[in-house]
Amino acid sequence: MRRFPFLSWLWFVLGALYFLLPLYGTLDFSLRIQRGTLSLGAYRNAFADPQFIRSFTFSFQMAVVTIIVSLLLIVPTAYWVHLRLPRLRPIVEFLTLLPFVIPAIVLVFGLIRTYGRPVTILSVPILPSLTNTPLGTNALLVAGYVVLSLPYMYRAVDNGLRAMDVRTLTEAALSLGAGWPTILRRVIFPNLRTGLLSGALLTFAIVIGELTIANFLARPAFAPYLALLSNSRAYEPAALTIISFALTWAAMGLIDLLTRGAPGVLGGAGH
Amino acid sequence: MAFLELITVRKVFADAPAVEDFNLQVERGEFVSFLGPSGCGKTTTLRMIAGFEAPSSGFIRLDGMDITNRPPNQRNVGMVFQAYALFPNMTVGDNIGFGLKIKKRPAEAIRKKVEEMLALIHLPDKGHNYPYQLSGGQQQRVALARALAIEPQVLLLDEPLSALDAKIRVELRLEIRRIQQQLGITTVYVTHDQEEAMSLSDRVVVMSRGVIEQVGTPFEIYNYPKTSFVASFVGTLNQLRCTVVDAAAGRLSYGGQDLMTSDSISLPNGATVTLMLRPEELRLGTEGGDNRLNGKVESVNFLGSIVRVGVNLGGAPITLDIFNERKLEIPRVGQAYTLSFPPHACWVMAEL
Repeated sequence: MRRFPFLSWLWFVLGALYFLLPLYGTLDFSLRIQRGTLSLGAYRNAFADPQFIRSFTFSFQMAVVTIIVSLLLIVPTAYWVHLRLPRLRPIVEFLTLLPFVIPAIVLVFGLIRTYGRPVTILSVPILPSLTNTPLGTNALLVAGYVVLSLPYMYRAVDNGLRAMDVRTLTEAALSLGAGWPTILRRVIFPNLRTGLLSGALLTFAIVIGELTIANFLARPAFAPYLALLSNSRAYEPAALTIISFALTWAAMGLIDLLTRGAPGVLGGAGH
Repeated sequence: MAFLELITVRKVFADAPAVEDFNLQVERGEFVSFLGPSGCGKTTTLRMIAGFEAPSSGFIRLDGMDITNRPPNQRNVGMVFQAYALFPNMTVGDNIGFGLKIKKRPAEAIRKKVEEMLALIHLPDKGHNYPYQLSGGQQQRVALARALAIEPQVLLLDEPLSALDAKIRVELRLEIRRIQQQLGITTVYVTHDQEEAMSLSDRVVVMSRGVIEQVGTPFEIYNYPKTSFVASFVGTLNQLRCTVVDAAAGRLSYGGQDLMTSDSISLPNGATVTLMLRPEELRLGTEGGDNRLNGKVESVNFLGSIVRVGVNLGGAPITLDIFNERKLEIPRVGQAYTLSFPPHACWVMAEL
């Protein structure tokens, strides 16, 4: 009989506690709005505020747009780098890590400075000031989110591409008459499902929790709302945190459900 | 005019030339193999026919059309890869129908063609399976069906059997030949396995270091090699250093023992030459022909249908093959034997 792997379990339990204890603390706190008893009062208050649903919906929409934009940007790029420019891989990888080095505050001020006035090239105007309209500002917001999600999304896609024989699959599709858009849509995207899902999950979580960019662009996002609320209330923000946690997981489950293609795709990459 | 023509094709990669001055004419319906060791340029040449690599110079013509610079997805060339390269997200049926779907054929026509292809590869009930549910051999059959479904002008196979078990390899080899002959499709096959090349091909192109060494039928390649590379790469070959005694009469001397060849020798008397002998041309005993050599048995390898015997001829080792049979007396190691072989079994080459 094998010995009980004590050390592995110890690390597992420690790791689990590290994540679960703060969550439990928040949950416990959110239930104590009435002294001495556990109650759902904080949750009732949170739901009663229409601003909650409005800001969460807004962030949800921004997250979905961010995921779509970053997929359309990153999958073809990573694919092309894999296929044709493998020597550039370290450089691209470094570029995608830049958001870790450049703080969000720098990024958002850069965005505001550049796009807060009409953009001109050689004094020919090509873009009006984007911060003047909600749509323009939302576009800036998504652009900022895409940058923040870059390290996670790129890595997820890169891992997915490494796991399949990109070159041979591409050549097989080419020899059958497929063009590049078809190859991306019918062969590369579907086989990246797992990678894309984890990238989308991380992006979603980042967007829901992102404070700095949304705050400075003055958009009605969820994190600024939560931050504002916590200035005046104690229990409701804790309740909202738990709710948003649950909603995030539910949303991810939904994405997983919707994108679930043919069964067994995940097991099919190897021979 | 030949169906597929490669005319002075040359390919140079950044560091070194990969293929030099490649000329080949392939007739419609012909099965041609590129045979050679790894790095000889055979796969590069195949990839140029497929369009995955562009030749540095030269032309490729298919049915009279210059396709040298045509992109791979506009060539109508079917390709089978060593790694199968089936699309893991699609069923077997969808894989086979992929090319037709790209060509926007009606759904009913695709369904029919897929069915026909599944029957052709003897997997009629696997259409709804996913590739990972099939064995390697089955996956490669599906890859073959997928390449054939688009009714390509040429079928290209890049070491398609290398990833398979020995037994499946032989089975699938026969399948490939059967299907190729049934459809009459022009086929180019790349392999480093001489047995594969010999058993499948109408003609074999032996390559080494980017150049063609010889083009010929398997019989010609094996029995009448034109270069010493072909002679040593295809099959097993014994090489004996001999001295020419009488060039006009084709007489040689090996360690004081006289040997006769069936043709005159183009080198002067007294010159040192290499005598090449196939193991299967030699016999233990004196029944094999007029030439005799004496030696001691050094090793005996039982290979099933044949027994390979290593004989030491006073310094030089030589191997000979005997057909197995139930009453065969296996030679004993250490015992002295006389070997014999006919004059026509001897090829003489200038010293290697």
